[in-house]
Amino acid sequence: MSLRRLPQALAVPLLALGFSLLVGAVFVLAIGRDPVAVYAELLRGTLGSPYGVGQVLFKATPLIFTGLACALAFRAGLVNIGAEGQLYVGAFATAWAGFTFRGAPALVLAPACILAGALAGAAWGAVPGILKARFGSHEVINTIMLNFVAIALTGYMVSNVFVVPETVHTPEIAAAARLPRFEAFMPFFGGSPVNVSFLLALAAAAGYALLMNRTRLGYELRVVGHSAGAGEYAGIRTGPAVITAMALSGALAGMVGSNFVLGYKHYFEGGFSAGIGFMGLAVALLAQGSAVGVVLAALFFGMLSHGALVINTMVPKELVEILQATVIASVIVSSNVVQDYARRRARERTAAGVTP
Amino acid sequence: MSSPAVELLDIHKSFSRVKANDGVNLAVARGEIHALVGENGAGKSTLMKILYGLYAPDRGEIRIDGKPARFRGPADALRAGLGMVHQHFMLVRPFTVVENMLLGREGVPPVLPMDRVAASREIRDLSGRYALDVEPGAVVEDLPVGVQQRAEILRVLLHGASILIFDEPTAVLTPQEATDFFRVLGGLRDQGKTILLITHKLDEVMQVADRVTVMRAGRVVGERAVRDTSPAELARLMVGRDVALGRVEGEAPAGAPVLEVRSLGVRDSRRIARVNSVSFQVRAGEIVGIAGVEGNGQTELVEAIAGLREVEAGTIHMDGRDVTGSRVAQRQRSGLVHVPEDRQRRGLVLEMSLAENLLLGRQRESEFSGRVLLRAEPILRMARRLSEEFDVRPRDVSLKTRDFSGGNQQKIVVARELGRAPRLIVASQPTRGVDIGAIEFIHARLREARDQGVAVLLVSADLREVMSLSDRILVMYGGRVVGEVPGRDAREDRLGTLMLGGAA
Repeated sequence: MSLRRLPQALAVPLLALGFSLLVGAVFVLAIGRDPVAVYAELLRGTLGSPYGVGQVLFKATPLIFTGLACALAFRAGLVNIGAEGQLYVGAFATAWAGFTFRGAPALVLAPACILAGALAGAAWGAVPGILKARFGSHEVINTIMLNFVAIALTGYMVSNVFVVPETVHTPEIAAAARLPRFEAFMPFFGGSPVNVSFLLALAAAAGYALLMNRTRLGYELRVVGHSAGAGEYAGIRTGPAVITAMALSGALAGMVGSNFVLGYKHYFEGGFSAGIGFMGLAVALLAQGSAVGVVLAALFFGMLSHGALVINTMVPKELVEILQATVIASVIVSSNVVQDYARRRARERTAAGVTP
Repeated sequence: MSSPAVELLDIHKSFSRVKANDGVNLAVARGEIHALVGENGAGKSTLMKILYGLYAPDRGEIRIDGKPARFRGPADALRAGLGMVHQHFMLVRPFTVVENMLLGREGVPPVLPMDRVAASREIRDLSGRYALDVEPGAVVEDLPVGVQQRAEILRVLLHGASILIFDEPTAVLTPQEATDFFRVLGGLRDQGKTILLITHKLDEVMQVADRVTVMRAGRVVGERAVRDTSPAELARLMVGRDVALGRVEGEAPAGAPVLEVRSLGVRDSRRIARVNSVSFQVRAGEIVGIAGVEGNGQTELVEAIAGLREVEAGTIHMDGRDVTGSRVAQRQRSGLVHVPEDRQRRGLVLEMSLAENLLLGRQRESEFSGRVLLRAEPILRMARRLSEEFDVRPRDVSLKTRDFSGGNQQKIVVARELGRAPRLIVASQPTRGVDIGAIEFIHARLREARDQGVAVLLVSADLREVMSLSDRILVMYGGRVVGEVPGRDAREDRLGTLMLGGAA
């Protein structure tokens, strides 16, 4: 993104945030509390202490992965509602590799666990891609259906195959597979499970930006995403492009396990995600496809997510859910408003044949 | 003498630093067909948008029937009796004509049943009076484009317009439909309507208009009675210099066949046979033109040659190699370039930048891409060079192609395709919607390619274009090639007969 377009890129999320904070304030007032105090408390609890910051980073980490997954699909013209299922399958594969190859050294095992998660997620994502490419069936339906299958399948694995009696989780991964917490080398994060997978998420964001903006593959995916007709015309085969995009999207979602499994609990647990895959859609929407945007949006939603616990004593935590929902709705509205405005400006310039 | 129906006095309108209208005066008498001509970017559209209330002028006055008028929007213009027939029709396609006519009519309560019977009667009356021949019960999307346009005219008339503005009305019509349309225009004028016709086709002006105003660079550079002027004079006024659109013969005789199509059969997406046992060759150093009324198989033929549509029967050879089943990318590598007829659906990615669009189809060339990474610098250099060479305006390679005018969008497509050292050019409607200066330029480039030994297949609904460029002309009718005429002695009437399915 060129610097000239930056104001426009920022206008959308800022408008949306401003509006949803106002809506949130109305609700806070309606239950007789002071919105300024609530928001201040939310800020203090999240950004006001190293522990709070650590919690925000920890909550943001999986959202970066799923946000990137959804953003990649969006830019290739696909809607991946299946990040949730892909992250379950991926996280399970990560754990499986971690408790199966116990003898391996850390330098090999941790990356292998992450890779296993990415591959499993990619395979799970590729299925609706293949169904679309081969039979034209819509990826929205198929990704949603595969979510149920993934959650049920991993649940079955935990309760029937890799059973730890009286729990709903797998055996623990080998110590060598664990990703260190930040507190191990930055003690001020004390108590927060934020870990090295946050850095991995940042690296994934950088990789995503490189892929979409600098590589031929990313260019081709974007062309197909905007216009399948133009893609065909340019010699890009739509089928393989769709499958590739869905697999890459699934791979990103499949890396969520690095945070929860390798960095936090050290096992896979049924039902651990609770909608991180779906929040990825919101993150991608707020980010409008850009990698920096995904990281910022994930941090914001991570802040809300931890903030919900902080302000729970003042207002019901449902307030945060209202905030999240209004943010998403206002992103859609404000992105239309901003785009219309930008387009009118550009039209007027070109109508006049401006030669800058 | 009565005052003119429309009068624009000293209209000024600037966008940032650019003067789109710089003191424009225009007077249209009641009951005349007045043409407004000028190149893309001459300021015609801005002027019409001001007249129609879409833009406010910086300075100047609009008078309708001698009375000063101030329009804050199209609704005001409509009330003053102005109606605009847009290039892209404003009809709801799955609705019937009546339903479209009832849309947006004032005084119709939103929840009461609509009075279709009365509306149909009204439509039949009007349709009969102006010889529009529109069936009120027909569904819009089932109608031919020419009839859709008449439905659009009907709607404007129903709104009570006495001054009709047409924006490039024939751009979407077949030659036959255009002839019908001109008859309708004449009828409207004879019934006292005033017509303002925006176009850059000079033969249309000569054929139907009574007076013509020529704009260039935001100013009026001439006003003539049509009987006192000539296409050459108008072209000179528009472009500011002499324009040559006549035939220029090739320098060398044609060489070996580059494209060879044998007994080709192609079906469209609804599995209807569109091309039936078509055979022809295009040799190195010749331009073969395909003339025909649109919809006679040209689209499917071109798509089959470009690799975008499956071939049902027969073969396609390039340079002696069978490419019938090869992919688009393989054909591109063997030197095929293709200017598609539908630039918005195929030829451009509107949401992407000029530079990224100039890369389209060339993204695998080693000049622009390594195994993984695109090479940003060479891409930008190429984009700057091509937009300079083909005079794409504005010259901003990071601007989305959506934000370029139609004529400039077409220049972008042509620039990309002709800018890549081809063996075979398949050009479909290469000058649709571009102005006369750009047409001259694109034609010159096609001839230049021919003279350098490139084989050119030209498909155009514009007979003049086919006639002035082609060394040989094939006429398509009903999915077959029904005649071949040497370009040098092609005559319009003979081609016209063939195009309509008559014997040669």
